[in-house]
Amino acid sequence: MSLSALRVTVAVFPGSNCDRDMMVAIEKLAGRRPALVWHKESSLDATDLVIIPGGFSYGDYLRCGALAARSPIMEAVLDHAARGGAVMGVCNGFQILLETGLLPGVLVENAGLKYVCRNTCVEVVGGTASPFTDGLETGQRMIIPVAHNEGNYFASDEDLQRLEDNGQIAFRYADSDIVGPSNPNGAARDIAGIVSPNGRVMGMMPHPERAISPELGSADGATLLTACLEALSA
Amino acid sequence: MSATKQEPEMTFENAAAMGLSKEEWELILTRLGRTPNMCELGIFSAMWSEHCSYKSSKKWLKTLPIDGPQVIEGPGENAGAIDIGDGLAAIFKIESHNHPSFIEPYQGAATGVGGILRDVFTMGARPVALLNALRFGAPDHEKTRHLLAGVVSGIGGYGNCIGIPTVGGEVNFDPSYNGNILVNAMAVGLANSDRIFRSAATGPGNPVIYVGAKTGRDGIHGATMASAEFSDETESKRPTVQVGDPFTGKLLMEACLELMASDAVLSIQDMGAAGLTSSSVEMASKGGLGMEMDLDLVPAREEGMSAYELMLSESQERMLMVLKPEATDTARQIFDKWDLDFMPIGKVTETGRLVLLKDGGVACDIPLAPLVDDAPEYDRPQADVTPRPALASADITSDAPVAEVLKSLVGSIDLASRRWIYEQYDSQVMADTIAGPGGDAGLIRVHGSRRGLTVSTDCTPRYVEADPRTGGAQAVAEGWRNLSAVGARGLAITNNLNFGNPEKPDIMAQIAQSVLGMGDAARALDTPVVSGNVSLYNETDGRAILPCPVVGMVGTIDDIASAVGMAPTADGQALVVIGQDALQNDGWLGVSLYARNLAGDPKAAPPPVDLEAERRNGLFVQQQIAAGGIRAAHDVSDGGLAVAIAEMCVAGRIGAAIEMPAGGNRHGWAFGEDQARYVVAADDADALLAAAQAAGVPAATIGSTRAGGELQFGDEAAISVEELHSLAEATIPTLMQGG
Amino acid sequence: MQVIVNISLKYGVLDPQGRAIGRSLTDLGFQEVGDVRVGKRITLEIDETDASRARQRVARMCETLLANTVIEDYEIEIDEGDDA
Repeated sequence: MSLSALRVTVAVFPGSNCDRDMMVAIEKLAGRRPALVWHKESSLDATDLVIIPGGFSYGDYLRCGALAARSPIMEAVLDHAARGGAVMGVCNGFQILLETGLLPGVLVENAGLKYVCRNTCVEVVGGTASPFTDGLETGQRMIIPVAHNEGNYFASDEDLQRLEDNGQIAFRYADSDIVGPSNPNGAARDIAGIVSPNGRVMGMMPHPERAISPELGSADGATLLTACLEALSA
Repeated sequence: MSATKQEPEMTFENAAAMGLSKEEWELILTRLGRTPNMCELGIFSAMWSEHCSYKSSKKWLKTLPIDGPQVIEGPGENAGAIDIGDGLAAIFKIESHNHPSFIEPYQGAATGVGGILRDVFTMGARPVALLNALRFGAPDHEKTRHLLAGVVSGIGGYGNCIGIPTVGGEVNFDPSYNGNILVNAMAVGLANSDRIFRSAATGPGNPVIYVGAKTGRDGIHGATMASAEFSDETESKRPTVQVGDPFTGKLLMEACLELMASDAVLSIQDMGAAGLTSSSVEMASKGGLGMEMDLDLVPAREEGMSAYELMLSESQERMLMVLKPEATDTARQIFDKWDLDFMPIGKVTETGRLVLLKDGGVACDIPLAPLVDDAPEYDRPQADVTPRPALASADITSDAPVAEVLKSLVGSIDLASRRWIYEQYDSQVMADTIAGPGGDAGLIRVHGSRRGLTVSTDCTPRYVEADPRTGGAQAVAEGWRNLSAVGARGLAITNNLNFGNPEKPDIMAQIAQSVLGMGDAARALDTPVVSGNVSLYNETDGRAILPCPVVGMVGTIDDIASAVGMAPTADGQALVVIGQDALQNDGWLGVSLYARNLAGDPKAAPPPVDLEAERRNGLFVQQQIAAGGIRAAHDVSDGGLAVAIAEMCVAGRIGAAIEMPAGGNRHGWAFGEDQARYVVAADDADALLAAAQAAGVPAATIGSTRAGGELQFGDEAAISVEELHSLAEATIPTLMQGG
Repeated sequence: MQVIVNISLKYGVLDPQGRAIGRSLTDLGFQEVGDVRVGKRITLEIDETDASRARQRVARMCETLLANTVIEDYEIEIDEGDDA
C-alpha cells in the first residue's frame, strides 16, 4: 500500500499537548492527515496505526498516564493491539502504554529530579521483527529531543534481561560528540524505547515529531517516522 | 444600601487595613454619599490599588508612544496586539508576580505564567511563546538557591504542562534583590487580525457567564499585597498565595479558543488580580454599562464565603464572558466537554452600577464611574537626578592580558551559561521553535508559513540606577539589537516596570525618568508600547531594588531560512564589528561588568545611548542578514566586545584570532559596553565594509575565525575555547548543587 | 466511613527523591537520619458501613488504579472505632 493509504489515528486526552505536532509530522511524511479520536470515544474506526502523543494527560495526576490509561478509548486501543494492530506511544504516550500493561516496566522521575528538555543521541538496537525498527539499521544514530520529568525507565532485572534477550529494546541513549553524555534521565540500561514481544506496540521517550526538519534542529525524527510508516504500509 | 446585619460599620481603620489612604477613603464617602459596606470597600481598595489603578505611574505611562500603523490594540486591553501581515496579529504582554514568588516561589512563578497566558488567549490568540525575566539576590545569599530553584521549577511546571514553549528570557543577580526577587512572565500569541476579542461588555440584558475553576479563598487581597512592601510580617502572608493548576489552565484555554472560533462571545476577560472584581468592573465600565451578578450562583469550592471573599478571591483559571443569549447552550456544551464549570451568574445592565445579590439581599450597589474615573492619579515628587561623571578607562584598568580577564568574566554569575535553567523548560512543544533559549532572541515559525516571530526581554538595572533616562532607553535599544542580530525587525514592545517605593522622591525619579527614556527610544525605533504592567514597592525594610524596567520586544522576519544565530559557520570567516570604526581603541567602562566585578563598581555614568545610531546600525544588520552578507551575528552588551566574541566562538565551537588596536586602552576596547554595536561573521568582509560605508554605519574587521579551538587576542597567549565553555557552563550548576 | 490508603515504593526500588531529602536532612545537622522513602497518602470518603467490605473494595481500587503494583505497595487504614 502507498504511504497515503495508511490509516493513522492519533488519540487525544485532556492535557495532551503534542497531538498537533504529531498530526503535522505524519501529514507531512505520509501525505495524509491522521484521524483524531477523543478519549471519551469507546470505539476506533478501522486504522492501521494508533499513536498516543506526548503531553500531560490529566495533569500527570496520581501517576503519569495513570488516568488516561483507564479512559474509554484505551479499551479499543487494547483490542486493536490484541488483533495485531500497531500502536506507538511517545513520551506521555509511552507512560500510558506502560500503565495499560501493553508494555512492561514503569517510567519514574528523572534521576536528576528535574524536568529536562534537550537533544539526545538515540541509537537503534532492535532485534525482534518490528515495523518500528525494521526500516532502520542496527547501530544507526539519530539526534532526537526529549522533554520530560518522568522518563527514567525502570523494570525488574528479570524483565530487563528478557527485553534484551528478546530484542525488545528498540532505542537506547548513546553518547556522542554532538550532545555529549546522552542518557538524560537515568533510565535503566539507557533504554529510550521498547517494543512488545510481537514488535507491534512501541513506546519511546524522545519526540520524533519535533525533529522533522533541519530548521527545527534535526530531521532524524522524520527518518524514524518515515521508516515506521513505510514498514507498516509494506 | 446598608451593611449586612452582622457586619460592623466600616471606618477609616478598615480602609487603611485594605491599603487606602485617608483622602481615598473620604473620596469614597463623597462619591457614594454614605459609608460603604465591607464588600464595597474591598472593591474600591482593589480597583484603587497601585496594581490595578497604576496611580503612581499613570502620569508617566501616558507619555509613552502607543500608536503606529502596526498597532491594532494598544494599552488598556488584556494584552496588546500588532499586525504582523498575512491577516495575522501578534498579541502579547508581560506581567509581574514578584511578591507572591518571594513568598512561595513555585506557585508564585507558576501562577504568573498562568495569568499571563490567560491575558493572551482571552483576546482569542493561541499562545505560541513564553519568556521570563528574573532577578534574584546575591548568589551566596541564604535564600537565593531556594528561590531560583522554586521559580524555575514553577515556570516549567506550568508552561510545560499547558504546552507552550518557553523560548527566551534573562536572569540577573544582585544583592538589592535579596529580599525582593523579580519574576516577570511574558506571553505571545497569534490570532487572525479580524477575530480579536475585547473586554468591553455590550448589550444590556446579555448573560454574564463565569467559566473555569471553582472559587476558593486563594490570594484574597493579593492585589493589595502586590502593592505592599515586605517586612518581618511577610512570613504570615503565606495563605494569600494563589495555587495554579496548569491542567485546568490547558482545558480552559482549549475550551475558550474553541468557543471563540464561533460567534458566541461578545466580550471576555480573565479573572486575574482582584478576580471577579476587576473583571466585572472593567468589562462593564469599558462598555459604559452596568452589571448585576448573583453571588449565590458563583461556583465555590469552600463553604460560607462572604460577598467580600467571593469578589476578592484570586482563585486561578477563571474567566468572565458576555455571550449572545442564543449561543449559551452551545457554549455550555463546549465547557461540559472540557469538564469545566459554566455558570451564568448575571447580566449586563444599563444602570452604570455594579449590583451584587447574595442571600436574598443586596450585598453591593455602587456606581462604576468612580471606581475607574476617580481612581487616584498621583504626581509624586521626584528628586533631581545628579549626573554621574564619565569613568576614564585608565582609572580602573590594568595590563593583565585580555584573555585572563575574559576567563574571570565568562564564568561570572551574570555571564555564565543559563543552561541549568532553560533545560527545565520545554522550548520545543508546538514544533515551531527555530531558535530557543541561549541565543540573542527566541524565534518561532508562524505555524504553517515561512515567516518568523522573534521575541526577547531586556533590561540592564545597573544602568538604570546610574542614569534612569539612559537606562530606560537602553532597555529598548538592547531589545532592538537582540532582534536585529537574528535578522528580525522589532515592531512593538510590552514593558514591566519594577521599582521600589514611589513615595520616595529618588525612586519616583527612577520611575519617571526611565519611562521617559523608554519613550525616547520607542519613538526613535518605531516600536510603540502596546501593553505592560507596573510593580512598585519592591523594597525590604526600606531598601529598594535596583530599578528594573523590563522591555519585551516582538518583531518578525519574513523568511525563517534567512535568520542567523551567533555561531560562525566556517574557519577563516571574517569577524567584523558593526557600530565602531578601526580607529576606536578604547571603550566605555563606566557601569560595565568589568568595573563592577573587577574594580569595585565605582559610581559613574552608564554608556550613552545614541538612538539614531541604534536605528541605523540595526536596520543595516537586518538588511545584510536578509541579503546573505552576514552568516552569524551577536549583539554587544554585558562584558563588551571580548565577551561577545568569546560567546560566538563557544557557540560555534570554533577558534578565532582577534587584532587589537594600537595605543588606547586594551581593556577599555575589549570590555567597554559602548552601545549600538554587533559582532558579525562574514564571508566577504570587503563587501560588508563597503556596504556599511555606503549606509553611514561605522564598521571594522577585527579578526577572523580559525580552526584549532583557540581564541587569541593580539599576540597574547591563546586560550582554549573549550576552557571558556567549561567555565561558563560550570557556574550555575555548581551554585545549585550546594544542596 | 473514612479510609486511608498509604502508597509507598516497593523495597528495592530506587527513590531518588527520598535520597535527596535524606541528604538535605543530614546537611542540616540531623546526622541520625539514614534511609528516607517518600510515599503518598490518599484519604477516601466511602459510602459503606461494613469495615471489611470497605477494605475489600478499597483493595480493588488500589489494584485497579491507585497503586502501580509494579513498583508500589499499598496499605489500607480504617479507623474501626469510629461511627460513619
